[in-house]
Amino acid sequence: MSVLIYTEIAKGKVKKSSLEAVNYGSRIAKQLNTTATAVVIGDADLADLGKAGATKVLKLKNDKLASLNGQYITAAIEQVATAENSSIIIFAHDFTGKEVAPRLAAKLKAGIVAGAVDNPTIAGDAFSVKKNVFSGKAVATYAITSAKKVISILPNSFPVELNGSAVEANDFAVNLDAVNSPIKVKEVKKVSGELNLPDAELVVSAGRGMKAPENWGMIEELAKELGAATACSRPVADMHWRPHHEHVGQTGVAIRPNLYIAIGISGAIQHLAGVNGSKTIVVINSDKDCPFFKSADYGIVGDAFEVVPKLIAAVKHFKANKN
Amino acid sequence: MKILVCISNVPDTTTKIAFSADNAAFNTAGVQFVINPYDEWYALVRALELKEAQGGNVTIIHVGAADSEATIRKGLAIGADDAVRIDAEPNDAFAVAEQIAAYANDKGFDLIMAGKETISYNGSMVGAMLAELMNLPYVSLATKLEVANGVATIEHDIDGGTEVLECALPLVLSANKGMAEQRIPNMKGIMSARTKPLTVVPAASADKLTSISNYTLSAGRVDCKYIDAAAPEQLIELLHTQAKVI
Ligand SMILES: Cc1cc2nc3c(=O)[nH]c(=O)nc-3n(C[C@H](O)[C@H](O)[C@H](O)COP(=O)(O)OP(=O)(O)OC[C@H]3O[C@@H](n4cnc5c(N)ncnc54)[C@H](O)[C@@H]3O)c2cc1C
Ligand SMILES: Nc1ncnc2c1ncn2[C@@H]1O[C@H](COP(=O)(O)O)[C@@H](O)[C@H]1O
Repeated sequence: MSVLIYTEIAKGKVKKSSLEAVNYGSRIAKQLNTTATAVVIGDADLADLGKAGATKVLKLKNDKLASLNGQYITAAIEQVATAENSSIIIFAHDFTGKEVAPRLAAKLKAGIVAGAVDNPTIAGDAFSVKKNVFSGKAVATYAITSAKKVISILPNSFPVELNGSAVEANDFAVNLDAVNSPIKVKEVKKVSGELNLPDAELVVSAGRGMKAPENWGMIEELAKELGAATACSRPVADMHWRPHHEHVGQTGVAIRPNLYIAIGISGAIQHLAGVNGSKTIVVINSDKDCPFFKSADYGIVGDAFEVVPKLIAAVKHFKANKN
Repeated sequence: MKILVCISNVPDTTTKIAFSADNAAFNTAGVQFVINPYDEWYALVRALELKEAQGGNVTIIHVGAADSEATIRKGLAIGADDAVRIDAEPNDAFAVAEQIAAYANDKGFDLIMAGKETISYNGSMVGAMLAELMNLPYVSLATKLEVANGVATIEHDIDGGTEVLECALPLVLSANKGMAEQRIPNMKGIMSARTKPLTVVPAASADKLTSISNYTLSAGRVDCKYIDAAAPEQLIELLHTQAKVI
């Protein structure tokens, strides 16, 4: 028996969410006295996998794996899981995780918890795992009762620890001759230059209180000075003031950055559902009774058009004095 | 084109969440249930647009008890042609997928659409499981969908951007924001929904692999600390020294 962790490379490095998954899987492996095997697709410096706790690293090899197609990845992981006798498989609850983890779970008849926020409690063959439900309004404890188990962990829920040591990575050839996916990739459009919102640690977000799209200059400037990604409320995206991929909330992107600054956003429950996992929330709003202040750690009651420029100056000053 | 749209029944987004005294069950007393927004606004509406443009049939399917029929009727009012309810408790994603697969396997659907995730249990799992059980390709988090000559062109979200895919039908996808806009049912739709077919199918055998043992409400935030609007540099100081996020 061993624990298998699926990991990915982005921008030449092991992804942060993958390292979180390796940490998580290695904690389970330690408790069960077994191997933590990280499997990876793609080539890069893999030292971090060992440092994050993997005791074995396997590079999955097959030309069909080039495009991160869920059907191929599922079949590939099933093969390694069989070879490694793994009955516990860990993913990050990211794009690939959402596509592959449930597919693999169905293939293996493994019980799955998607978006775990805590380490499992292990009692013999039964695992209890916590995850957020009702869009962050509550936490549920799931019992996985099947012998095989799949857990995907919510990104940015665990700090990354790199205190292990690198292990040698070996190739693992998978045979995908029997699997032929009809999906063809026509085009990949990377959002270049911008910070990827779901991964961002700092986010500056603005709502209808900004009055018009031409007023977003100061929002972008504040974000740039902080090194933050930009986001917006739903009406702002619906009115095409901002691109759709910036819409956060129940029906948009759910984020959990370290810092979320909400400017001119009222804090409707559907908005909160996508941002209430943020570690620290700052609200800037001209209405002292705005409901968002009830969900904020820090608040400024004031006109955004006066406060934000002062805040930009304060950030610049802070950065200049820090160095 | 034959399209199947999977709809789930979820507490309205503004619901105050509460649990039974032993915290083992969600307290549904007084809760208004609606179609999961991703299933309704994005999957169902796009399915209807495709049908209106190209002809075909849109069936909605729901796994749940009889008390979810009001939600199913709403889907018919928006424009689905017919509905199927599989009479089983939807308390495990894999069991739900098995139920839908058992029904859909021999019906020849060209396209099966699910929502990105339910806003109740936020799993994002049923669509992918269904694809595996039916041995079909799956595209997650689709934001655009066009179909021509039996081939779907789909844009979907990936790490740091989007990807355009082509796939011959049949396939399963999960719908994300961008695919369509919300539609409000009109009077004609609401009237005709009453007479559209709603077939109740008995539960097939399914495997329940997980269960929820306990719920707790998420901890709220402690009181908001207010900073003078004239002195935002104090905020920066606190974010650095107290919150330690910058
Ligand atoms: C099913 C459903 C799903 C939804 N999903 C989402 C979702 O995913 N995300 C989302 O965001 N919304 C969602 N909504 C919409 C949500 O209910 C709110 O309508 C929306 O979040 C409001 O956006 P807002 O705060 O930008 O605008 P408003 O509510 O109009 O708030 C504007 C705020 O700006 C403040 N303001 C005005 N002028 C200034 C100024 N000069 N300086 C500072 N502050 C100022 C006002 O005091 C006010 O608080 C959903 C709604 C439904 C029904
Ligand atoms: N009980 C159900 N009946 C029909 N479809 C469902 C049910 N539960 C979930 N789905 C579909 O699967 C999608 C993802 O659900 P989940 O995996 O539970 O987040 C939903 O958006 C629905 O389209």
